[in-house]
Amino acid sequence: MIPIHYYLILAAIVFSLGLLGLIINRKSVLISLMCIELLLLAVNINFITFSHYARDLTGQIFVFFILAVAAVEAAIGLAILIVLFRSRHSVEIDTLSQLKG
Amino acid sequence: MLLFVEVVQSIFFLFALLLVVASLMTVLARNPVQSALSLVFAFFAASVLWILLEAEFLGLVLILVYVGAVMTLFLFVIMTLNIHASEEQRGFVTYFPYAVISVAVLLGMLIYAILSRFISSASITQGAGYNNTQALGDVLYTQYAYPFEIVGVLLLVAIVATIALSAREKRLNKAIPPKQQLLVHRENRLHIIKMQPEKKI
Repeated sequence: MIPIHYYLILAAIVFSLGLLGLIINRKSVLISLMCIELLLLAVNINFITFSHYARDLTGQIFVFFILAVAAVEAAIGLAILIVLFRSRHSVEIDTLSQLKG
Repeated sequence: MLLFVEVVQSIFFLFALLLVVASLMTVLARNPVQSALSLVFAFFAASVLWILLEAEFLGLVLILVYVGAVMTLFLFVIMTLNIHASEEQRGFVTYFPYAVISVAVLLGMLIYAILSRFISSASITQGAGYNNTQALGDVLYTQYAYPFEIVGVLLLVAIVATIALSAREKRLNKAIPPKQQLLVHRENRLHIIKMQPEKKI
């Protein structure tokens, strides 16, 4: 019904948009975290597409684990963000230059 | 049958368009709240696409876990932190055109690679008695039982780490703050009591 490359191109577009957001956003750590969620979503769409067209459930199992790890990542990232805001009173990436990297 | 195919295709195009638009809004929105809500919308559209791909369980889990838990957490944090709605904050950076060009080049390469390799319209649908949740569970609790338990431990570690990070005072630390130590007067610690000397028996 729907050719496989439609899904793959859609995932590529979503991935590119997430990457673009990660590059052009220099201000808020929150937006960066959301863009990472977008990247993970694109990867998951690819996994599910291949899982469907190859008739193999392993891809869906992998998406399951990716979802769990992404939830952990978001929770810990936001906790770090709160600690950061408490000590710095801002979440701007530009101001986080204490390590002089 | 032909009508069914057309309906499925129009559902796909509608939600693919919604997904792209919502992703674009997430990236370009000036207000973090607007950005988070667009991301919620993107997750909804993606879950419809997953259900279209016969991954019903994961489509529902995407809504329950992401929209229900993760994005709610994001919104809570945005509202707790009270980030000032980014006046002059999220202006476009100076290298915006270069970023767009490089990402467009990447996208072009990806699409070229996809089109040169994966063109097939072979669509497979499972039979009527197929149960995605059951099939997933059959594999998950037998072949992948060990990774599954590791993920459970990982979630526990995340809970502990989150509470330890965001607890306001250090609960396990018994050191006395020097400020309180310096504020102590002699009267707080030492009482001199007048009493009669006891008689020797």
